[in-house]
Amino acid sequence: MTPELGHFALALAVALACAQAVLPLWGAHNRDPRLMASGPALALGQLIALATSFGCLVWSGVTDDFSVSNVARYSSSLEPLFYKITGTWGNHEGSILLWCLILALCGGVVAVFGRDLPSALRARVIGVLGFTSAGFLLFALTASNPFTRVWPPPIQGQSINPLLQDPGLAMHPPILYAGYVGFAIPFAFAVAALLEGRVDAAWGRWVRPWTLAAWCLLTCGIALGSWWSYYVLGWGGYWFWDPVENASLLPWLTGTALLHSAIVVEKREALKIWTVLLAIGTFSLSLSGTFLVRSGLLNSVHTFASDPTRGVFILALLAIVIGGSLLLFALRAPVLSAAGVFAPVSREGAIVLNNILLCSLAAVVLTGTMYPPMAELLFGAKLSVGPPYFHDTVIPLVAPLFAAMSLGPILPWKRADLGAALMKLWWAALAAALVGIAVGFGVRDAFAALGLTAATWMILGAAAQLVERTRLFRLPWRASRERLGAQPLAVWGAAVAHAGMGVTIAGIAGMALASSSVVAVKTGQTVALGGYDWTLLGLHNAPGPDYVSRVADLRVTRDGRQVALMHPARHDFTVQHQNISDASIITNGMRDLYAVLGDERDGQVVLRLHVNLMAPWIWLGALVMALGGGLSLADRRLRVGAPARRRRAAQTVPAE
Amino acid sequence: MTRKRRRLYVLLACGVGLGSASALALTAFGGNLVFFISPSQIADHAPPPGHSFRLGGLVEMGSVRRVMVAGHPEAVFGVTDGHSTVSVDYKGILPDLFREGQGIVALGSIAPDGSFRASEVLAKHDANYMPKEVVDALKKSGRWNPATGEPLPAAATWDGIDGKPAAGG
Repeated sequence: MTPELGHFALALAVALACAQAVLPLWGAHNRDPRLMASGPALALGQLIALATSFGCLVWSGVTDDFSVSNVARYSSSLEPLFYKITGTWGNHEGSILLWCLILALCGGVVAVFGRDLPSALRARVIGVLGFTSAGFLLFALTASNPFTRVWPPPIQGQSINPLLQDPGLAMHPPILYAGYVGFAIPFAFAVAALLEGRVDAAWGRWVRPWTLAAWCLLTCGIALGSWWSYYVLGWGGYWFWDPVENASLLPWLTGTALLHSAIVVEKREALKIWTVLLAIGTFSLSLSGTFLVRSGLLNSVHTFASDPTRGVFILALLAIVIGGSLLLFALRAPVLSAAGVFAPVSREGAIVLNNILLCSLAAVVLTGTMYPPMAELLFGAKLSVGPPYFHDTVIPLVAPLFAAMSLGPILPWKRADLGAALMKLWWAALAAALVGIAVGFGVRDAFAALGLTAATWMILGAAAQLVERTRLFRLPWRASRERLGAQPLAVWGAAVAHAGMGVTIAGIAGMALASSSVVAVKTGQTVALGGYDWTLLGLHNAPGPDYVSRVADLRVTRDGRQVALMHPARHDFTVQHQNISDASIITNGMRDLYAVLGDERDGQVVLRLHVNLMAPWIWLGALVMALGGGLSLADRRLRVGAPARRRRAAQTVPAE
Repeated sequence: MTRKRRRLYVLLACGVGLGSASALALTAFGGNLVFFISPSQIADHAPPPGHSFRLGGLVEMGSVRRVMVAGHPEAVFGVTDGHSTVSVDYKGILPDLFREGQGIVALGSIAPDGSFRASEVLAKHDANYMPKEVVDALKKSGRWNPATGEPLPAAATWDGIDGKPAAGG
């Protein structure tokens, strides 16, 4: 009964989404206030229907209803409750439903928090969201229905892939999807602006918080995915330039560009057409990222759910949404006129540079990701593009980006003096150079030296923004401190986010100095790696909920002093007959000791040991970036609401 | 600064950005394209030693051996696509999803002795995954027809698929 209710709710959501796609847009076109007002109600109705549907699917999983094929294939009664719930989105059908639910949530959020939007704009935004929803819900209902029944039902389900039985991965899809789908709101605003033919500072003010929220979630989602591959896959790496990873990086790159160009629209009413295009492009990349990977077009070691038969439907949907919005852009963009004028050397100029570099980065990553499937399609050649390509192309492009990152926020709007700005940063530059020279001579690794130089420059550059604004050392200490307290949260947010990027880069640079080795040892034997002595104390078996573990006990010492006891393990899952390594990671914040247990033979145990310097900084930096975004979001000036409008009138006078 | 002048600057900057991006991509493509080669293609004409490529196929049943080379453990196994088999050796810990009969992709190059030296072995997260080439070989052999909607036959029964229709199939 529950699956039928869910199925019905899904069909109801499709009907409501179709209505949501037509009525508000029609109303906005004909200036019919009643039709326009139907938008929010329909969006909320769709959200409630989908939430019911998703709830039913979760309930079927929790109650072990194996007559639902989705539950039979990806769940089992032996699993802990947590994985019965998270297993709902650990497969193709469930994850598409989750995706649609988050899209409906975006519509609901605009309906609830968008009360202060002009009614025509709100109707159009909700209409565009409804149109997108309708397409993907139709896909969920017809081509990937999660409520399909099997008869007779199996006695036991096949259980979820053991690799996915992990709290990190369980939370990964919802956060990543929220990031992906969150960009639907800027997209809808962009399409609505094209329909209206008007983009102004108010539009930028509305778009920015949504973009920022989606960006924060996407940052967390990418970091969580990378962290998961670091500690679950046991490869000791954090980024493999895999198509799935690239698919999430692409919207992040253009989304970061969008975040910055929206500031220019809001403050200076320039770069309007470009911002609209970025909003469309970012969501297009999010869509392609989710669905090209899921359709099996992009071959990846990370996909766990792909089905080529669904590809055609997805491609048609993508063509309609992306092609349609780009066509609309081509037809309507000339209507939008730019107002602000600025010199090449100015804050606007720096943001233009940021946008060009981020988009170039997105272009080279996209080329590397899409070339293999295209080459197969066009020339029948089976090939892949490996990490060396990405290193060769990305490093030269991020270098100027990082250099400009500290400089941009120091420059004033409209017109700036580059020399004066550089003078404000002399101490950051000096410190960065010293770090670079010290690391370069200390470890003789060019990548690490350059990376740590860039990281120092970015972190100190972020501090310099605050120093400049508070006139530290030029005003009395107490006055500076007062100024610091009076800084808007958005300023803090920008500084924290930029520093977070620096922290991540420091982690990546530190990982270049990591050392690793594969060894075969007997019990009691000691091997040396990375300045540590690793001793195998013994092996034993341990039971788990749905697996049996083989655990190794390792003692790690440095100069005779015990640093850590490690327990790398291998879990043998009984239902799936599958082995999963459980890497043991001991961190002190500055370095990770990382051990993976391999096979045993002739009394010897194969172990892979790593000493990863500064590894935790990679994910810490991403968290700091998201925190910076959160600080900006908390800024009163950014909040979507009535007070913002009053202040808008006050802020039209340029603050110079 | 007139609007025209600014637009010129912006366009120029975009041109430089796009130009350098495409130049970077093209030069990086030059040396970094890794081709996918199946065991039967190696049997036909092997790529020169040292040339890096990806090898895909099924791990041959009963072929996995562990050996010690210069104090470091190595895994040696055969990768087959039904027609031919290539011997692969890999220094390191095999991925969790690595099993005999499982579809894998290995990155590496041919060693002077004719075996494949893998620097990376990837097994799919999806336990049911099979390389497309092998699926094609199965279709050709008549063991599996995707149109009937049947699941793939068990991987363990796949050794010795030779592209000819199975008897009675």
